[in-house]
Amino acid sequence: MPLLKFSGSELAPALEEPIQEVALDDWRDNPQAHAEATALIASNDARLEDVAGDLSGFSVIILEFPTFKDGRAYSQARLLRERFGFAGEIRARGEVLRDQIMFMARCGFTAFEFAGEDTIGATAALAEFTFAYQTAADRIEPVWRRRLDRAAAA
Amino acid sequence: MYRYDEFDATLVAERVSQFRGQVARRLSGELSEEEFKPLRLMNGLYLQLHAYMLRVAVPYGTLSSRQMRKLAHVARKYDKGYGHFTTRQNIQYNWPALVDVPDILDDLAEVEMHAIQTSGNCIRNVTSDQYAGAAADEIEDPRIWCEVIRQWSTFHPEFTFLPRKFKIAVTAADNDRAAVRVHDIGLRLHKNDAGEAGFEVIVGGGLGRTPYIGHTIREFLPKKHLLSYLEAVLRVYNLEGRRDNLYKARIKILVNAEGATKFADLVEAEWAAIRKSEIDLPSEEIERIRAYFAAPAFEKRPEESAALEEKRKADPVFARWLRMSTVQHKTPGYAIVNVSLKPIGGIPGDISDVQMEAVADLAEEYSLDEIRATHEQNLVLPHVKKDDLYAVWKALEAQELATPNIGLVSDIIACPGLDYCTLANTRSIPIAQRISERFADLGGQEEIGELKIKISGCINACGHHHVGHIGILGVDKKGEEFYQITLGGSGAEDASIGEIVGRGLSSGDAVDAVEKLVHFYRGNRQDNERFLDTYRRLGADPFKEALYAAA
Repeated sequence: MPLLKFSGSELAPALEEPIQEVALDDWRDNPQAHAEATALIASNDARLEDVAGDLSGFSVIILEFPTFKDGRAYSQARLLRERFGFAGEIRARGEVLRDQIMFMARCGFTAFEFAGEDTIGATAALAEFTFAYQTAADRIEPVWRRRLDRAAAA
Repeated sequence: MYRYDEFDATLVAERVSQFRGQVARRLSGELSEEEFKPLRLMNGLYLQLHAYMLRVAVPYGTLSSRQMRKLAHVARKYDKGYGHFTTRQNIQYNWPALVDVPDILDDLAEVEMHAIQTSGNCIRNVTSDQYAGAAADEIEDPRIWCEVIRQWSTFHPEFTFLPRKFKIAVTAADNDRAAVRVHDIGLRLHKNDAGEAGFEVIVGGGLGRTPYIGHTIREFLPKKHLLSYLEAVLRVYNLEGRRDNLYKARIKILVNAEGATKFADLVEAEWAAIRKSEIDLPSEEIERIRAYFAAPAFEKRPEESAALEEKRKADPVFARWLRMSTVQHKTPGYAIVNVSLKPIGGIPGDISDVQMEAVADLAEEYSLDEIRATHEQNLVLPHVKKDDLYAVWKALEAQELATPNIGLVSDIIACPGLDYCTLANTRSIPIAQRISERFADLGGQEEIGELKIKISGCINACGHHHVGHIGILGVDKKGEEFYQITLGGSGAEDASIGEIVGRGLSSGDAVDAVEKLVHFYRGNRQDNERFLDTYRRLGADPFKEALYAAA
């Protein structure tokens, strides 16, 4: 299973750097026992607001897609980026497929445990759309702002 | 009408080429049907009993002549010469070949149409009042806000894998023609005491297995905050909605499990955290969209038309069509024309390519180039001069599009049922056809008055039986089709869920049952009471008795 990460705006296979994972519940029960942990695994029903103040102690937060149809992690990623200010890596784990990666990236994911084989296709899928209508965690200029800019320039 | 700029056009074109690639991967075997399914569903492509079915979005039910001609072209070139307008103002094609679908989408993109988000667990095509922009009772054109929602919800990265599908309807009139109280979110634009316009936000309505009337979680939302508030509702739902059981995954289950007050508190708390972010559109962009919905160039005309009055007096058949099919327009000298897709004994919502071309021609010549699709599976020519009504009627009649039955007993909503659908337990279309034939006499129908019959071929309730004045639900009992009658439902401003009135009936008995119920109503109505009013006044018992006593 290849790990894909952004290198600039391109998605590329990344070498797996060693991370020490801990599940959120385990860490809350006994933080001292997991002092070495660098990556926090937050389940889909985790209350991220309860641990918001401690997130900066981790370099990676892993969010889960038990199936590609379960979209809770999209909201969780946006909350991590936009509300709790998490600046480290947000990694997608589980059924992480080519045609969902664009949505994940827009919500703030920066690393993907890609469940497919075709990493070139996954990279290409990211570039399938030139514009986006709405703001999200990636700070792509929404179409409405491009329209305003164009009108101002005219 | 809204027109695409290069941003809108680019996104739709890129979507088609993305899907072309996905179809190629499926046809080459790189994708299994299981892997392809979610991708095709995001593009409105279902696999039905006999073939693929492609559902094309008609955003908030508005079409130009050019678009309607393209729909006719698709029916002719890629299908069997017809299409089917749905209860969500969309059109479905029942027989496309998979290999053709990218070409169909390319053809549609030429006229700014697509099949995006007509399926899947995402925010579906937003629906609205079919009389928007023409209705005498609206406070502004609700389609401005529909278009705002369309853009925001298109490929929304956070809300494309919701627990279940999500339907939003918008109205700006007191007479609710968009069924806002039975949608996941219903938005009713109204004025507060200060005279400002804002939205009543209604959440958690819906039909299906567990019907609910929606709860108002906010009486008045200033218009400029619409998107941030919707985003708050959707985020709460995305995180908290049930995902363990397909049948309990709609937002209505969450709202009713939490209680509307607690749900509203969750939304308000989320909204407080995001309302200052850049989700809401700046006023310049809202005004840009609003400009597309500016009133068309209506002529200054007298309210009454002498030519029309002369024809009305001379031709009683025309006069009946006028009474049944035309509605007051907000502009003097104009009328709203309903085009019935419910010929006696026909399939509700079906329309041939030739009929589509005819409607397109009429819209171009007589209705300022606009056509609407209605959630009751009819069409509308929204802006017809009264002077032209006779010519329009003649042309519609020649195409069997002038059945004067709008809102009457034969104006039936029916799901496709077991004739097409993989989910259905029973057929719906033949029941609709037989009821329509039973009440074929048009004078008799008019005398009965408004009566909304809605038929679903299974518990998923796509035929809206819960909100039929008379609802009919098909159930399968050991391989035999039975039909359960519900009474007293309404999807309008007086929304209510119909009550089940007793044991299931055979298909023949179900048609007889409708006749018995109508007979009882006619014997017991007071003044100008509708069937629904009489039912509400008398309650279920006497109707039940009328239905089962003699049987």
